[in-house]
Amino acid sequence: MKEPLETARSPSRAGISLFHPSPEAELNITTTSRWDLWLEQGFTWLLCGFALSTVVLLFWISWVIYQQARPAIQEYGLGFLWSQDWDVAGLAFGALPYIYGTLVSSAIALLIAVPVGLAVAIVTSENFLPLAVRSPLGFLVELIAAIPSVIIGLWGLFVLIPVLRPVQQVLYDYFKWTPLFSTEPFGPGLLTAGVILAIMILPTMAAISREVLLAVPQELRSASMSLGATRWETIFSLLLPAGVSGILGAAMLALGRALGETMAVTMVIGNSPYISASLLDAGYTIPALLANEFPEALEGLHIGALMYLALILFAITLLVNIAAVLLVWLIGLQRGMVLNR
Amino acid sequence: MTATPADSNPEVLAAELKRPLPKGRVLFSTGMSAIAFGLTGLALLPLLAILIEILRQGVPHLKWEVFVSLPAPAGMENTANGFANAILGTLIMVGIASVISIPIGVMTGIFLSELGQGAGGSSPLKAIASAIRFIATILSGVPSIIAGVFAYGVIVLATKQFSAVAGGVALAVLMLPIVTLTTEEALKLVPTSQRLASAALGANRLQTIFRIVVTSALSGITTGVLLAVARAAGETAPLLFTALFSQNWPQGLFNPTPSLSVLIYNYAFSPFVEQNQIAWTASLVLVGLVLLISILSRLVTRRNLMR
Repeated sequence: MKEPLETARSPSRAGISLFHPSPEAELNITTTSRWDLWLEQGFTWLLCGFALSTVVLLFWISWVIYQQARPAIQEYGLGFLWSQDWDVAGLAFGALPYIYGTLVSSAIALLIAVPVGLAVAIVTSENFLPLAVRSPLGFLVELIAAIPSVIIGLWGLFVLIPVLRPVQQVLYDYFKWTPLFSTEPFGPGLLTAGVILAIMILPTMAAISREVLLAVPQELRSASMSLGATRWETIFSLLLPAGVSGILGAAMLALGRALGETMAVTMVIGNSPYISASLLDAGYTIPALLANEFPEALEGLHIGALMYLALILFAITLLVNIAAVLLVWLIGLQRGMVLNR
Repeated sequence: MTATPADSNPEVLAAELKRPLPKGRVLFSTGMSAIAFGLTGLALLPLLAILIEILRQGVPHLKWEVFVSLPAPAGMENTANGFANAILGTLIMVGIASVISIPIGVMTGIFLSELGQGAGGSSPLKAIASAIRFIATILSGVPSIIAGVFAYGVIVLATKQFSAVAGGVALAVLMLPIVTLTTEEALKLVPTSQRLASAALGANRLQTIFRIVVTSALSGITTGVLLAVARAAGETAPLLFTALFSQNWPQGLFNPTPSLSVLIYNYAFSPFVEQNQIAWTASLVLVGLVLLISILSRLVTRRNLMR
């Protein structure tokens, strides 16, 4: 509503009095005042600047961690990746036990969370249940993601470990001939950490797979069923193959979360810097080590070694996340193509 | 293909259509349904177990004094025991993080939604916007401990002091992509016709964005901000070596600052049962806070979508 007045006030029409605007000036909508143009340009650049801060932040994080890790990178080189020492007093550092623990605990978590997450996604996206039951069910599963990880760790420490002990004992009693279960269980360990991680990444897995399954067009389901396939035959031969890249993306995102998860894992993995083939044995992960040693790190090279580990973790999670985002984008593109056809 | 006698005979055809499924296929269907429901039940079990345990362990010690007194020295009995300092510390650090991340995040979200797409945006802006959207998505997957390492490298090593500011910066790094992406989603829900109507009435882009689009998406933006705050309030890993902890009240922004989540972590491993109990009570308070915020924000969105 103000626009005509603003126009009348513009410098190019200085001759027209503000108090007695002539009718032509009020109706002229073709000219914009220079001030308005500048304001809009400036505003566009301001927003652009704010938005670029996100990009700057990502590069800043990489730069800071790399910069701090440089002393350790120069000192230990790539040998850091497969050395197994960790001696703060002797300044001998190696990353292998932590990389191993991180990868193994995340792998266990994925093994558990992928089938369970898919089951939840199928139950909450297909019409097994009325919608009034389905959506609260999905909401409840996703609620786990809202619980702070330190509290899940607290629960793991006091509740899950005692519950899992008998299970671990059974695994040990019957399967101690395999290297995987060859050590006496004592509660905390790689397996416990994997179970906790599975609980924490389940919402990611379930929510994204659900979106992917819902995106498969209803006509395809109807076509499959009208050809005589049962519901589960439709799911296995149509829905899952159609959504496979999205489900893969969901698993990647979940993996990214599992690799970087700190608190809950620190509290139940046992924090022992040795590589053991047994899943019942204690382990250590990169985030757990960072959480435990950063508060007390004083020596420059010790901080450097921790930063080197942080850099490795950052690089791994970055790659996993980029792969996941690209996969999810890929199905977006495919869907677009299907719609355009 | 020639028609077999069975195809042409309607009775045989009807019988074939009505023939029950072979046993194997029925078994497969029911079996898979049973497995899927079983696994879904299994997925719900941890949530229920966690909530029940927090209530069972936390409620008995939930007294007024935990909100107003400092943690009692370990092993002391008959003294007021609480975590008021940790609550205050958490509020301070989430406050610092919000002040940093909400303006930047909301502005970035506006950029992505209003300038970065649609007919109005020129193509270089679009390219910038999709790059930024990609990086914000990647940033939202960065582990929280890496945000802590970043704040440690930038602030703690520079000031040689664990501080509330360092903790706040670490939390801001985590909040920024959440605020950005949810703001963009909220703005995208505003119909294009409203933007066009505003432009047709003579509003310029600035007026359209702030008077029309942002105003109608305000509750969606609030949801995103609340979700980010809830996430930040529960984070522990980035605070462990940026804000550290203290048994006293927070002493200014450049000193070690206690927080609820770090208190829970420290007291979980304490050999003293009273401290374990305080950890559970603090968990109850923290979960209550976080769940309240998340459920509230969900309700806001749902009402919005229905409208």
